[in-house]
Amino acid sequence: MSSRGICDKVAVVGMGCTRFAEHWGKSVDDLLVEAFAEALQSAAISKEEVDAFWLGTMMSGYSGMTLSRPLKIDHKPVTRVENYCATGSEAFRNACYAVASGAYDVAMAIGVEKLKDSGFSGLHGTVPPADGTAAQLAAPAMFSLLAPAYSKRYGIDEDQMKEVLTRIAWKNHYNGARNVRAQFRGEVSKETIRCSPVVAGSLGIYDCSGVADGAAAAIVVRAEDARRYTEHPIYVKALSFVAGPGTGPTDPAYSYTSFTEVVASAEDAYAQAGIVDPRAEIAMAEVHDCFTVTELVLMEDLRFAERGAAWKEVLAGTYDLQGDLPVNPDGGLKSFGHPIGASGLRMLFECWLQLRSEAPEERRIGTIARGKKLALTQNLGGAPGEAVSFVSIVGTEPSR
Amino acid sequence: MTPQWGYEYAPLHCDHVAHNTAKKGTVAMSIGIVSYGAYIPYNRLRRSEIVRALGQGTVRGMRSVASYDEDATSMGVEAARRALKVAKVPIESLYFATATPPYMDKANAAAMVPALGLPARVFAADMCASVRSGIAALRVAAEGKEPALVVLSDIRTGMPGGSDESEGGDGAAAFVFGEGSGVIAELLSRSAATEEFLGRWRIPGEQSSRLWEERFGEQVYLSLVEDAFIDATKSAGITTDQVHNVIVTGLHSRAVRRARSIIGGPPPADDLIQEVGNTGTAHPGILLAATLDEAEPDQVVALVVLSDGVDVLLFRTTNAISGYRGSIAVADQLSSYSDIMSYTTFLSWRGILHREPPRRPNPAGPAAPPALRNQAWKFGFEGSRCQGCGTRHMPPQRVCQHCGEVDQMAGERLADIKGTVATFTVDHLAYSLSPPIIVAVIDFDGGGRFECELTDVDPSSVSIGDRVEMTFRRLFTADGTHNYFWKARPLQEVK
Repeated sequence: MSSRGICDKVAVVGMGCTRFAEHWGKSVDDLLVEAFAEALQSAAISKEEVDAFWLGTMMSGYSGMTLSRPLKIDHKPVTRVENYCATGSEAFRNACYAVASGAYDVAMAIGVEKLKDSGFSGLHGTVPPADGTAAQLAAPAMFSLLAPAYSKRYGIDEDQMKEVLTRIAWKNHYNGARNVRAQFRGEVSKETIRCSPVVAGSLGIYDCSGVADGAAAAIVVRAEDARRYTEHPIYVKALSFVAGPGTGPTDPAYSYTSFTEVVASAEDAYAQAGIVDPRAEIAMAEVHDCFTVTELVLMEDLRFAERGAAWKEVLAGTYDLQGDLPVNPDGGLKSFGHPIGASGLRMLFECWLQLRSEAPEERRIGTIARGKKLALTQNLGGAPGEAVSFVSIVGTEPSR
Repeated sequence: MTPQWGYEYAPLHCDHVAHNTAKKGTVAMSIGIVSYGAYIPYNRLRRSEIVRALGQGTVRGMRSVASYDEDATSMGVEAARRALKVAKVPIESLYFATATPPYMDKANAAAMVPALGLPARVFAADMCASVRSGIAALRVAAEGKEPALVVLSDIRTGMPGGSDESEGGDGAAAFVFGEGSGVIAELLSRSAATEEFLGRWRIPGEQSSRLWEERFGEQVYLSLVEDAFIDATKSAGITTDQVHNVIVTGLHSRAVRRARSIIGGPPPADDLIQEVGNTGTAHPGILLAATLDEAEPDQVVALVVLSDGVDVLLFRTTNAISGYRGSIAVADQLSSYSDIMSYTTFLSWRGILHREPPRRPNPAGPAAPPALRNQAWKFGFEGSRCQGCGTRHMPPQRVCQHCGEVDQMAGERLADIKGTVATFTVDHLAYSLSPPIIVAVIDFDGGGRFECELTDVDPSSVSIGDRVEMTFRRLFTADGTHNYFWKARPLQEVK
């Protein structure tokens, strides 16, 4: 595979992110207007200075007009993209390529999702007419398939596994409690997490991310122009996106203890960014903790832990705010919920804050002060064995 | 002995079919049953559960209960699979009898053709509505000129607290009729008496039957039974004391008991009312299957059915029955069941007790064109195998997931392949008439993996490594459309 990447060719110079919440009083348009305005203000530019737009939404609207109509964007290119739960990241990736190609000077990536108007709990979507043979699994059930497979493979008993997953939820709620933009802003005790009602398999309610509405946006310019907009741009080191062949559920060789798509996109991203030892080189990561067990497996797929060792690292606090490699310092999907089109850009927003030392004191990670300059986002869509995965790496220095 | 039928169609000789010249009531000696299978659903409701809930009724015994994902068609498929597994006859006709057809207008038997892996040239039709359809289908097949499959299936219930509810049962039976040395029981003769009277009836759409006073129907049936039985034995040229087994059945239990004593003969075999309940249209078939399970060569079996008249079929077992190795015997199904269900679960499954659905979108019904395009997969559980590298795909694919070859696939029916649970989950959120649902990733013997629902299983008892087999089910009904497909269930080993 030839994946040259666009390392250091573009930079993010402004970002916006709404609070993620059950926004009963706000529409898709309201959320877009807010994230849009904050991003422009952050980059100190006007709407007219943005040349092209990429809008990510899975089911809150179709076509570029979902954005152009509420923002009154005047006859400019607006592309609406969808790629499952990695939709927000996909909007960002395409905006970056547009700028890197030289086609535009300034592009905006913006993602939005309004989940709470449906009247249903959890994610839902319309599917094309079908023959009725697909398994009718809810998302927690699909991801819960990982837990027994991981436990069995690495010889972890049920209680230990519960302790590990509880620790992940506890950590993410701890971080989210220190974030004004999070949906859930309270710490949750391990006891409450451990004893929460079962939703699917061994996953309880507190093993699942919330369901929220939200929007987030980023302004992308050429790297050489970046300092015209901000003192502290963040440079795009790597963008990798892969769609798997979807064969996990049909191939007995698939183990249900790894996302092969994440491994592929991570290795591609590390190569683009010149990273050899991600665990040592990366300051922080925002990963797709749709369920606690997903975060556990991702630690190994991203090479933040040896195979079969992530559960020990979780218990040791490696991924805590002051750990060796903080993961989901903003609180993750666990605290933010998962408005699909927005999540990938919300992850990037935390990198933006932490790398620029703008995160509030109470959740500021320790690795930046220790001199690390790279952050990673990882965004996943689909289910174990049949997924799409996105990995980005951003950094504070234009070249390493 | 092994039945001598192959997949190849063997032309029938005219002299095997002697209807035109036969004496009234007799049939050609060479046509008969070559194989059979009975299907009693896994779940049983203890009658004491009804008493506990309603404070009335009988506490003895239990009734079989079609699961929330079963109907007359799906149970019929299960019974027919068992019959066809034993004798792979080139079926020409399929007659499906039930008083509880899942569809009107549309032939329910049509779904059975792909579900059983039969070719499209099979004539498949329903004999529906009345309980008497069961014996009708048996007669038509037994007198036919070609190998035929008869499927009898029924789901019986009634008003809460009534005897139809507690005494009823659900189940299915299937018989393959053919000719030649594979015949294990030949039809000797048959007789019939038809009477129009209001004994038991039901208007389409009603869930329970209406009954006239029991003693009225009893008198009608008893006035017909003796003559009908004598007619049949005379036609066969035998006397009652030459009949080894007399099966008398029908939904009028009082008339059945009295008729049995009028006919006489050897002591009756178990009528399965205590263990299964009366399965209506299917019951003559299940009782005949249970009798054949135990039968020895050269025994005469009388099947007497009371339903809008009296029908008598006399069979004689052949030497071939001594070597016949059937599928799961009725007796084995009586000892393999789950009786943990509550009365309220029973009412929910039958659609009498409506529970609040989960706060999730209802599933969409299957769309017609994809269901037809994918018929071999959806109904027949036919995957594909790459002719290049041998990799199995479920559902069938055009591009091999292993070697990447395009359009090098051959269809492969996998319904009878067993598998092992690779991982699983219990989903408390997904839509189901009987939550939670259990979904397992199953690795099939000889290759191939598929993720599907488990059924007839206790959620707390599933573990990685469990052995499973496939079963044809009605996943759900949406927008007035039944969604048939396959699920896996814990392996029930054939003894």
